[in-house]
Amino acid sequence: MAAAGLVRPLDGAVTVMGALADDVSTYLKRRARWSPLEIAFWVFAFATIWLFPGKHLILTETAILALFALSLDLILGYAGIISLGQAAFFGFAGYFAGLVAKYGFIDEPVIALVVSGVAAAALGFLTSFLVLRGSDLTRLMVTLGVSLMLGELANRYSDITGGADGLQGVTIAPILGRFHFDMFGHTGYTYALIVLFVCFVIARRIVYSPFGLSLRAVKGNSLRASAIGIPIKWRLVAIYTASAFFAGIAGALLTQTTAFCSLDVLSLDRSADLLLVLIIGGTGYLYGGLIGAVIYKFLQDWVATLTPQYWQFWIGLVLVVIVLIGRQRFEGWIAGVRGAFAQLGTRQVTRPAALGSAAPDGH
Amino acid sequence: MLTIIFDGIAYGMLLFVLACGLSVTLGLMNFINLAHGAFAMAGGYCTVILVNRLGVPFALGLPMAFLVTAVLGGLFERTLYVHVYARPHLDQVLFTIGLVFMAVAATDYTMGSSQQFVQIPEALQGQYNVFGIGMGKYRLLIIVVCGLLTIALQLILSKTRFGSRLRAAVDDQRVARGLGINVGAVFGITFAFGSGLAGLGGALGAEILGLDPTFPLKYMIYFLIVVTVGGTSSITGPFLASILLGIGDVAGKYYVPKLGAFVIYTIMIVVLLWRPQGLFARSTAR
Repeated sequence: MAAAGLVRPLDGAVTVMGALADDVSTYLKRRARWSPLEIAFWVFAFATIWLFPGKHLILTETAILALFALSLDLILGYAGIISLGQAAFFGFAGYFAGLVAKYGFIDEPVIALVVSGVAAAALGFLTSFLVLRGSDLTRLMVTLGVSLMLGELANRYSDITGGADGLQGVTIAPILGRFHFDMFGHTGYTYALIVLFVCFVIARRIVYSPFGLSLRAVKGNSLRASAIGIPIKWRLVAIYTASAFFAGIAGALLTQTTAFCSLDVLSLDRSADLLLVLIIGGTGYLYGGLIGAVIYKFLQDWVATLTPQYWQFWIGLVLVVIVLIGRQRFEGWIAGVRGAFAQLGTRQVTRPAALGSAAPDGH
Repeated sequence: MLTIIFDGIAYGMLLFVLACGLSVTLGLMNFINLAHGAFAMAGGYCTVILVNRLGVPFALGLPMAFLVTAVLGGLFERTLYVHVYARPHLDQVLFTIGLVFMAVAATDYTMGSSQQFVQIPEALQGQYNVFGIGMGKYRLLIIVVCGLLTIALQLILSKTRFGSRLRAAVDDQRVARGLGINVGAVFGITFAFGSGLAGLGGALGAEILGLDPTFPLKYMIYFLIVVTVGGTSSITGPFLASILLGIGDVAGKYYVPKLGAFVIYTIMIVVLLWRPQGLFARSTAR
């Protein structure tokens, strides 16, 4: 789906105005250039494989969370869809990957990973039509409803999913038939990081394409976007499906690296935490999810050693404080990172006004 | 069969009392308050403390629950919520879900994570048998109390000056403001009152819905279903929606227990697809 929108140049009007088309393509190319800071970021990310060999288990979780947050950023930050049900795709693919491995349908983890992602994307495609209609609240309800439905199903059909005990007896074959998963998570982390990087590159390609630009237009003002000929419905379906794919990959990755899958992959907490991750890191610039995931995991690790039981309270407090301070202002504080990105990469990040306030009817 | 309908109505009535405050605040300020269930939980725990620990009679415990949560709601509204009204929906969702998490963890910390029961008086236990229908006395009480409340609410909304101000503010905030209605004050009072109702519902429902720290998360979706399916423009919409939801849920759990709440979620999604503005919503200019 996403690919179809990707390769097509800006439709219609642009071909008439060749000069404009050139302008747009240089603009997009300039924006899409990798800045030195980005390269440094990834070099450092891969260096952690050798730098912190003792921390690989938590780093794996961070990488998975980062990928998951990336998937939410695609629909929240770029398309303006508020979702409380991203865990649906995460959990669906998680169980899918677990079952596939358990019954030995697909033995090779990488293929199983992609297949699970595609399965989640299929689910995303089907449910995307539910999300197209209605207001923010309706979307919230529908996304939440879908993930709750899946959770309910997973709970009821415990003979397949293992119910409350979780899916047990999953053994993951070596990657590419060569690299075995080890107890310390070295293989797992390297694997997760490579998958994260590949997914990131794909997502980056998507958002810096004309397709990604049109999504921003839809988010900014859907009425005007449709007036200049952007097929809003299909753009949203496409990005929602793509987002489900990435969320699915993240879920499958979790199952593969832990060889376990339990009901909490579908829980509301997971979706809500994800929103927090993205808010910490900032929405609408891909790295938000990554940075947010790192900060979140560090916070969690730190708080959990202080008060393991009441971790939820502190999550709540952080959310409330962030909103009261003002999300814009909070994002301004971490603009150091963002500003450096913009300067070094010579790309201008013009962010549309906050969610919802740009609704065409002005309410 | 009739017993199921009876139980369903009792359940639905309860849901209505729990959720009607939410529907008004949502309609009035276009504010998504996911923390509404936290007030219901506060009411429930308030009753548990009063009735079980301090020995206050049950009949007095209920109005107390209402008062305490109303004050609590008013306090939160004035100090915290006012800052978030004008914010985008995403902020409201984050803010209120944060409140829910804090409420859950704080309750867990102070009251323990186990299920709590309110000691209901002897006179309310057991059931009547009317024409072969088993009617639990407690459920009957719920229907009577909630029914009276519903009528009272309807009267307040349609007959009093405050009610007409409220309706005006819901219909068009800007014009209402122009007419000299203090929308902020109207909203504050309504919010406190709605929270109080939620607290009362939580107190009444502790017996049927169960009461533990995860209450706000568990029932959040139910309240939201009532509001989205019922629409926010009137009080009849949410009322009918809650009755339907109550009967649907009880019947679903009775006939297809294996599927649990699945039935309800499916119905909700179908309804929202069919009528995104809610089943009973008037088409407004919004």
